[in-house]
Amino acid sequence: MEASWWKNRKFWLMWAGYTGAVVLWYASVKWLPIESFNRLPDPWTVVWEWFNPNPAFGISIFTPNYYVHILYSVYRATSAFALAVLLGVPLGILMGWNRTFNAYASALVGFLRPVPPLAWVPLAILIFPGIEIAVIFVTFLVAFFATVMNTYVGVKSIDPDYFRAAASLGSKPRDVLRHVIIPGALPNIFTGLQIAMGAAWFSLAAGEMIAAQYGLGFLIFEAYNLIQFPTIVIGMATLGIAGFISSAGIRVMGNRLMRWREQSFGLKG
Amino acid sequence: MNAATLSGELVVSGLRKWYHRRDQAPVHVLEDCSFRIEPGKLTVVMGTSGCGKSTLAYILSGYIKPDEGQVQMDGQPVQGPGPDRIMVFQETALWPWMTVTENIVFGPLARKSVSRKEVTQKALELLRKFGLSEFKDKYPGQLSGGMKRRAELAQALINSPKVMVLDEPFRGLDVMTRELMQEYYIKLFEETRLTTVFITSELEEAIFLADRILIMGNAPSRIVSSLEVDLPRPRTFDVLASERYLEIKKEALEVLFSESMQQAD
Ligand SMILES: Nc1ncnc2c1ncn2[C@@H]1O[C@H](COP(=O)(O)OP(=O)(O)O)[C@@H](O)[C@H]1O
Ligand SMILES: [Mg+2]
Repeated sequence: MEASWWKNRKFWLMWAGYTGAVVLWYASVKWLPIESFNRLPDPWTVVWEWFNPNPAFGISIFTPNYYVHILYSVYRATSAFALAVLLGVPLGILMGWNRTFNAYASALVGFLRPVPPLAWVPLAILIFPGIEIAVIFVTFLVAFFATVMNTYVGVKSIDPDYFRAAASLGSKPRDVLRHVIIPGALPNIFTGLQIAMGAAWFSLAAGEMIAAQYGLGFLIFEAYNLIQFPTIVIGMATLGIAGFISSAGIRVMGNRLMRWREQSFGLKG
Repeated sequence: MNAATLSGELVVSGLRKWYHRRDQAPVHVLEDCSFRIEPGKLTVVMGTSGCGKSTLAYILSGYIKPDEGQVQMDGQPVQGPGPDRIMVFQETALWPWMTVTENIVFGPLARKSVSRKEVTQKALELLRKFGLSEFKDKYPGQLSGGMKRRAELAQALINSPKVMVLDEPFRGLDVMTRELMQEYYIKLFEETRLTTVFITSELEEAIFLADRILIMGNAPSRIVSSLEVDLPRPRTFDVLASERYLEIKKEALEVLFSESMQQAD
């Protein structure tokens, strides 16, 4: 009873938030006495363009090009993210598990991590054959560091008694890895994946603006060059939706893998 | 169990232990700590908080090494942790991501000592005995404190250890649950007669459970006194009203009192 009331309240607050944001947008574009603001499209213009079979600037949900841009971005973000997980989780686990290995790796990670992703773009373009791989590499890099660091912290935060109990019961390293380290670090790993996904979209959009022929970041930047305001906003909104869906997907997967948490916290006594 | 199968004698001699921490003076925890744990007996180790009880328990179980001295089990020096000496930790060490049954069968399966079917069978028997049948597929987070402690006892017992080391297992439970667990636990011990080192800081709990009480001094600590508890077994809470119980309690209080006076000096 109480829970559903709360849910409702949250639901209404959320809609109030959305409505407020749109009103604010409309107001600042229409009524603020600042010229550069007045040039911006109001919400209605953007929606009209976005869902128009004959868009004024060539991009709407009815134009195949729109989906080409989306597919490019999704493909890049997904492959960078997958690579980051495939390499980052094992590296983080190794770092958390083995002190000697950690000493080597943390020096390298500590040195490279503070370099902002975009600073890699020129070098990446020169190193890699083709811009495609360079953009994916830059996207991969931030996602990778977020995954490694959170996985490492996850392993380190496992209660030492869990390892002691496993050792006293006679388990081999393989059992410890499978039954203690991975499940114990999973909550942190998934926090890392959420951050990694967000960071991936962030640097992907930036990378595409600088060096790409397709993709949402490129779409936004091209529309900027051609001063097509509604298309800029469409590109931004689409990026937002893509980011939201991917992070919701990770959350759902995490909840499925960590049912014990839901059950433990949901039910007391 | 008959006397012939009794084993699990621990002989502890001359333990000394310091903890070293960066940028801090080393903490001297144990100093010339020697005693013997008799097989088939329940030995309670008592001491104030911070005197080194957990450290001693970790050394007995083989998780940490003393700086000096040795622990021998049935004549063999203890080198590291192993399923013949199982420790039940001060805080719960059930893995929260495994169900109660998965937690219990973990040890035997990890050692591949028996088939999954056989272990599961045994686990279900233990769960029934421990009144946890309904909770076999729950996660530890869904159990109450007392149920967790029982599940941990089952998790330890399924490995048929020779010695159990219990580090303040009932700490943090409310008074009612605690008394129920004590009653429960003493039945279990009297049934199995498994060599047990039971650590506590509660005198009444100590006397109620023990065959012998070892009292630790203040850190750097050693065993300063040993009391035989010759109350009859099987025991019920009725012994708490007996003359002998009060005598033992008086004796113990005197030792504890003089020990705390020494600290004040
Ligand atoms: N890993 C450690 N590093 C440094 N000091 C420790 C460590 N573990 C325990 N100590 C210190 O050693 C002393 C004894 O601790 P412990 O064995 O846990 O006592 P008890 O279980 O009797 O409360 C305490 O002063 C505690 O702060
Ligand atoms: Mg302790």
